Amino acid sequence: MNSPIEEQPIPDEVFTLKDVSVYYGSSLAVQKVNLPVYKNEITALIGPSGCGKSTILRSLNRMNDLIPGARVEGEVLYHGQDVYGPQVDPVEVRKIIGMVFQKPNPFPKSIYDNIAFGPKTIGMEGDMGDIVENALRGAALWDEVKDRLKDNAYGLSGGQQQRLCIARTIAVQPDVILMDEPCSALDPVSTFKIEDLMNELKKDYTIVIVTHNMQQAARVADRTAFFTVVSDDEAGSRVGTLVEHDVTDKIFSNPRDQKTLDYVTGRFG
Amino acid sequence: MVSFVPGGAKVATDGAGFVSANLFQSTDKKGAVVQALFVTLLIGALTIALSAILGILAWALVEGHPRLDADLIFNGPSTVNRATAGFSVAILGTLQIIGGVIFLIVPLGAGAALYLEQFADRGKWWNRLIELNIQNLAGVPSIVFGILGLAFFVRGPFSWGFVAAAGSATIALLVLPTVILASREALRAVPPSILEGALALGATRWQAVWRLLLPAAGPGMLTGIILAVSRAIGEAAPLLLVGAVTFVNFAPSFFEGGYSALPVLIYSYASRAQSEFHVLAAAGVILMLGVLILINSFAIWLRARYERSW
Repeated sequence: MNSPIEEQPIPDEVFTLKDVSVYYGSSLAVQKVNLPVYKNEITALIGPSGCGKSTILRSLNRMNDLIPGARVEGEVLYHGQDVYGPQVDPVEVRKIIGMVFQKPNPFPKSIYDNIAFGPKTIGMEGDMGDIVENALRGAALWDEVKDRLKDNAYGLSGGQQQRLCIARTIAVQPDVILMDEPCSALDPVSTFKIEDLMNELKKDYTIVIVTHNMQQAARVADRTAFFTVVSDDEAGSRVGTLVEHDVTDKIFSNPRDQKTLDYVTGRFG
Repeated sequence: MVSFVPGGAKVATDGAGFVSANLFQSTDKKGAVVQALFVTLLIGALTIALSAILGILAWALVEGHPRLDADLIFNGPSTVNRATAGFSVAILGTLQIIGGVIFLIVPLGAGAALYLEQFADRGKWWNRLIELNIQNLAGVPSIVFGILGLAFFVRGPFSWGFVAAAGSATIALLVLPTVILASREALRAVPPSILEGALALGATRWQAVWRLLLPAAGPGMLTGIILAVSRAIGEAAPLLLVGAVTFVNFAPSFFEGGYSALPVLIYSYASRAQSEFHVLAAAGVILMLGVLILINSFAIWLRARYERSW
């Protein structure tokens, strides 16, 4: 019989988080997170509100930089290179590590221009029509919008808008897609479509998703990291912390930590 | 007591039915009276405001209609040919002043608003001071700006003399705070999530502002600018101080010689003894109100045309 390691070779690490703490001003939001993210997998970050899962997600592509006073300690390594290194331009980081937000946020432009915005802005080569079509096909939206590419994106349904935002993200050909509760504003049918799409996308991309919906994590994620909130008695505040991370099945059926079990079985949070 | 009798139960049920049929009848008589009074009061206020405007318009029409002719627009002011004198020079002066105002307030207003909304660090005391001062400046009486213009543009550091450029610069300063405040409102109406979306694609802050924020906020900013311009057209007080002399018989040059403006010439005509001039002043009022209504309607149309709910 094969050993488990040969059976399931561990893929390349895309991200390696080493003792990552994030502060907003002087208050600690999430402390000492150690987490690997593997290539061509979906990694889900779950946990109760205020546990710092979105904060960690936004630290991966330096979106936290936009919040005044936000500060990251520790190392966020992307293929071994520190995303917060002194020579690193956050704009370049975000070209490689794209992001889809909680609420669909299409630009007030046509469907076509929504997709073309990114490639034009970063100066991508190639035929724009092809780039737009490929991105829309990649997000399983092409058939629904191919006859109305010049229409305003706000005419689309919420689920279509969110897939447009995913198409917009893959149009700039990133390596990683971060998703911050991408389905929380959507109905079940749209949610299902996006989950389906995520399974398609992970062939080409590495995906990290924050979700409030445990079933969603169980359905789509290869690995799951469970965060929770602990009281920091010294500072008198509440701080997010990573409890454990593992293969999704293990987290949901046989977690190491009692807190995880309580959460995934609905006894807490 | 009634319920002991077999028929009494029926009476009681009927009673209950009777009560429930009147469930929705108002019991608050006082509240209804207060509401009626209040609505009457509001309508009264509206009527007073409207009748003031309509009154002025009616007076101007009755008084000025004999002079609503081409001479009004194409002839210059004259004390000799009182029956054919007009506003041509003042119209040209106002156009020049307004042109200069637009030239100044569009880049300055949009730039200042953009800086305050997107690039200024609220934590720094000087940025808060600037914000506070802009709000205060919006409430400063126009005559004060006239004195400022006299001291800085006509004399003092710029020493342009009494020219249309000085009038332009003064009026531009006067309306600039309003333009900045309106532009900031327009910029703030664009949800930050849209900028975030652009930044997440690898756009620089400048690209996100230039390619997304400004086009999205543009119509709102333009509306603010147009409303500021319509206010600028009606301003007379500061212009009197920076030399909008009332009787020039030549088309003004922006940086040289005397100039006039519509409201200033109306004021001048109205304060003369001869009755022909009073008619002319009334006709000038109609002319100016017509232009204002045109400009404001354009602003409203623009706002409605590009209004967007996010």
